[in-house]
Amino acid sequence: MKSTRIKLLIIPGLVLLLAATVGRAQSASDCLACHSDASLQDGSGKSVSVDEKKFHDSIHSGMKCVECHASIKGYPHPDKVEKVKCEGCHSDEASQLATSIHSSSKDHPCISCHGNAHEIVTKTDARSAVYALNIPKTCGQCHGNGGMAEKHGLKSVAPRYVDSIHGYALSKEGLLVAASCSSCHGSHHILSQKDPTSPTSKDNIPQTCGKCHAGTVANYMGGVHGKAIANGHNDAPVCSDCHTAHDIVEPTAAAFRSQSTPICGSCHKDKFTTYRDTFHSQLGSLGGYVETARCWDCHGAHEVLPTNDPRSPVNPKNLITTCGRCHAGANASFVKYQPHANAYDWKASPALYYIRLFMNILLFSVLSFFILHTILWLIRARLQQIQSSKKGGSHE
Amino acid sequence: MSNVDKTLSTQAATTEAPTQERYFQRFTSAQRWMHVILFTTFLGLAATGLPLRFSESPWAQMMASAVGGRGAILFFHKLCAVIMTLAFLNHVKDIFVSAFIRRQKGVFWGPTSMVANFKDAKDLVMHMRWFVGLGKRPQFERYAYWEKFDYWAVFWGMVIIGFSGYAMWFAPFFSTFLPGWALNAALVIHSEEGLLAILFIFMIHFVNTHLRPGSFPMDMVVFTGVESEHEYKTKRQLEYDRMVKEGKLESRLGTAPQKWEINVSRVVGFTAIAIGLTLLGLTISAYFY
Repeated sequence: MKSTRIKLLIIPGLVLLLAATVGRAQSASDCLACHSDASLQDGSGKSVSVDEKKFHDSIHSGMKCVECHASIKGYPHPDKVEKVKCEGCHSDEASQLATSIHSSSKDHPCISCHGNAHEIVTKTDARSAVYALNIPKTCGQCHGNGGMAEKHGLKSVAPRYVDSIHGYALSKEGLLVAASCSSCHGSHHILSQKDPTSPTSKDNIPQTCGKCHAGTVANYMGGVHGKAIANGHNDAPVCSDCHTAHDIVEPTAAAFRSQSTPICGSCHKDKFTTYRDTFHSQLGSLGGYVETARCWDCHGAHEVLPTNDPRSPVNPKNLITTCGRCHAGANASFVKYQPHANAYDWKASPALYYIRLFMNILLFSVLSFFILHTILWLIRARLQQIQSSKKGGSHE
Repeated sequence: MSNVDKTLSTQAATTEAPTQERYFQRFTSAQRWMHVILFTTFLGLAATGLPLRFSESPWAQMMASAVGGRGAILFFHKLCAVIMTLAFLNHVKDIFVSAFIRRQKGVFWGPTSMVANFKDAKDLVMHMRWFVGLGKRPQFERYAYWEKFDYWAVFWGMVIIGFSGYAMWFAPFFSTFLPGWALNAALVIHSEEGLLAILFIFMIHFVNTHLRPGSFPMDMVVFTGVESEHEYKTKRQLEYDRMVKEGKLESRLGTAPQKWEINVSRVVGFTAIAIGLTLLGLTISAYFY
């Protein structure tokens, strides 16, 4: 502290000399004469030092300090200077931010994402906090475990994103085109998914994902789900309903395959119940290394078509091909198998209904009779045994 | 069987008992091995089939992952099925050879046959009357009616479960001569009949044959092949008397089981019963949550 005080006395003298020669137009170097001192602090103990090298490397290096610190008119400047207003130059970004979910400039000043104002570099520079590969870390400061967002009741999403296929591509493989936070949410104009104009609102999700996955979304829009969404049926699934938003895994991964059927089943309840009665489901529920048919293995995933559409993989004409993908030797009789048979529906499958009924009656009658038979026998045999032992005789 | 005869034979048993007890052969070595192969593969099939039937129970997923997931569990199920099928085919071959090649009598009828007869129906009624104190306990021949039921339940169970199982395993082949809906029916039949077999063996056969007073805690005859004269007479008096009458009793004399034979049988038998009762518990628990 003491050395700072001494400097505070010495340095103004030097600056006065410089000011006398250069006049009132202060250049960056004038200010840096004092502010390049790494230990320089203001009255409240806050650092007011500027790293000269980093500033010169920054995107703002060509600017004079007073262009941002506009309240400083000369030297000596007042102890308290006005806050820098970035919107003076960045008016578009500022107006976008003002209507976004991050509108409170107190909670979300520009520097909360862009970092130290004197060190800002262009977003294509790997040192930038908003460089594609650094975005998850930057957003994760608030949207990670224990971050500010949790205090507002928002889930910690950054760690889940990092484990997702997008996060893997971005952080592990360094793939610049991999989706990061801003690819879907935007940057300055981030809106709640409840806002219908948000790129993450349900209606807009196909369009948002389609920025990268154009072919898949085109397929999706041709299928029943895409058409329903386009016609305003908001209960139809969009990309994130099946793939999730932040936990997206590879669709061929066992984890995704296992989680996918209940997702389809959350709407197609009757189909899910009947599917669960089949061997496909029974074996598939146990987890492991052999795959059994999931909904989309037969029905298709993105371009789901009605059964009567000749292009549908479950159209009767295509069943031999579709079933044959797993079942080598599938034939016309084989594909008559009902993957959604209901053994309790007499009208739809009478043969199955009666076979199931017969088996149930057989099970019930054989077991009831023999359970009764066994219980009575046990009691009688035990009584007999007690009697015999009282008499000192033999068993039974 | 008159009361006098019964008293006489009981007296004979009590007077002979203190001296070296005689043992008689009930099961051949081949029959005992058949039982071992059947219950081992049956337990294997039950342990790998129940998780499939109750695939959404937490224990089902634990059991599947214990053997390496759904791929492995199906592999073990099929492995046990193939071994059981071979044992079954061998048994059918044995019946065929005895009945038609060696022309042995009593395979399909008579006191030593497994085929049910009118006496079995009478025995069932009389036995149940005895349960409730309405009559005397009937006397049995070589195979009592519940033993015949056990045999046929297993026999037809293997045919039905086996056929429906292979129909699913080789579905495209079976569907060349079966209608498509038969594949749906195959799972219903396989699953229900399998469950019946599991519940029957673990609830009825265990108690009737091993846990009931007189045999408790385990009937060793199926492991050692021999039973004491006392057991022979009390459990199968008609056969014993017939043997005496035909003068063949001595020819069935066996040797008393060695200590190690009994110990091995106990370990194997109790392990099987413990596995069975655990599976029974899990099966029943699946209906409650």
